[in-house]
Amino acid sequence: MFEWLNKLGPRLEAAFLEGDRWQLYLRGLLTTLELTVVALIVGVALGVLVAVIRTAHDQQRPGRRKSIPLGILDVICKIYTTVIRGTPMLVQILIWGFVIFASSRNKFMVGVVALGINSGAYVAEIVRGGLMSVDIGQTEAGRSLGLGYLDTMRFIVIPQAFKNILPSLGNEFITLFKDTSLANTIGLTELTYRAARIAGNTLDYMPPYIGIAIMYLVVVIILTWLQGKLERRLRQSDRR
Amino acid sequence: MIDVKNLSKSFGDHLVLDDISEHIHPGEKVVIIGPSGSGKSTFLRCLNLLETPTSGTITFEGTEITDPKCDIDKIRQHMGMVFQHFNLFPNMTIRKNITLAPVRTKLMSQAEADDTATALLRRVGLEEKADAYPAQLSGGQKQRIAIVRALAMKPKVMLFDEPTSALDPEMVGEVLEVMKELADEGMTMVVVTHEMGFAREVGSRVLFMDGGHILEQNEPHAFFANPKEPRTIEFLSKVL
Repeated sequence: MFEWLNKLGPRLEAAFLEGDRWQLYLRGLLTTLELTVVALIVGVALGVLVAVIRTAHDQQRPGRRKSIPLGILDVICKIYTTVIRGTPMLVQILIWGFVIFASSRNKFMVGVVALGINSGAYVAEIVRGGLMSVDIGQTEAGRSLGLGYLDTMRFIVIPQAFKNILPSLGNEFITLFKDTSLANTIGLTELTYRAARIAGNTLDYMPPYIGIAIMYLVVVIILTWLQGKLERRLRQSDRR
Repeated sequence: MIDVKNLSKSFGDHLVLDDISEHIHPGEKVVIIGPSGSGKSTFLRCLNLLETPTSGTITFEGTEITDPKCDIDKIRQHMGMVFQHFNLFPNMTIRKNITLAPVRTKLMSQAEADDTATALLRRVGLEEKADAYPAQLSGGQKQRIAIVRALAMKPKVMLFDEPTSALDPEMVGEVLEVMKELADEGMTMVVVTHEMGFAREVGSRVLFMDGGHILEQNEPHAFFANPKEPRTIEFLSKVL
């Protein structure tokens, strides 16, 4: 035990300080965060689009002729969410990296596409739930004033839904942050990739992997704390 | 003004409106009374197509609005509606609640709409609430705002769906007062209500509905003095 502790110092030094390796972790962490943010923006945009299409389709007034373009879009959206939610994230990343964009050298872009499209499917379900949670009377009031469906959504329903879905969206952000580690398999130089490389070079796996686990954990704890703070503030505006 | 022909509406197997034909003339104040479940709210909601009729036609100023090709948003701009539960938009100030529809439907510029909102709020004595949010208002104030919001579109007819049923008794008066003034100005009104006093005083015609039919109608004094149908007599004996 004492011997193990004695050797720990040099092992940590090799993993983090030698040749300024800590900078590699830092750059990896930055790439991870960038990837998370950009992928989430793609995911939210995609998710809102899919959610609005699916809600619009489901809320068509019965007894009237169904819109055919809307029907086609709805089927596309259903296939999208089914395929994405029905296959493992890792497999999706491998397909994007080695099949669809096999010749692309911009790994960051491939990562954004893979994670953004994955996240979009989950965000779509979150947003759809949020849209349905807004009282139908709000839609009726908007429509009774002569506003169209899209204006009613944009000014009345979506802003109210947003408040309801913020907690779930925060969770999705945290999940996405952790899922970025899978992108190391396509050679994207994020945090896990850096750790794997360093472990390979020093032939010592414990310090880098435990090290990045702690880094991921710290970031998630910070994000969770921020999320709680934001939610409390939103609740306050409810009481007024 | 509004012509209803052979209107039927069923929810699944349940027939709510059974072959109703009725005509509403300009300037009329039609008050619809009847027991709950009689179809009176559904009838009102069919008039601006918040409910889609199962069969029959509704014509508003010569335009058949039940025609699938009819642009219902355009029609609804001329038909104001006030709901039992107010349905103010909680995410907007009172001013924004009132100006959103006139501005988005290009009826007015933002400046014109703001002026209209101020003038209308002054009329109902709530001008100091323009920058408040709905959550800060009492029920009676909310309903007066809801009436003002509908009036800002300069509608040709106003539909009221039990406007005082969700109010504390002491707030009923202030809402009825606004409706009475509106009636005196010559607005065409269709009112579903349980306020018999209002029906007697303001109505130009009272319809009694039960079981999806209009069982009896008359001008208010004759209606309340000599009801003819046994069902009407029974109903009035319970509520008066």
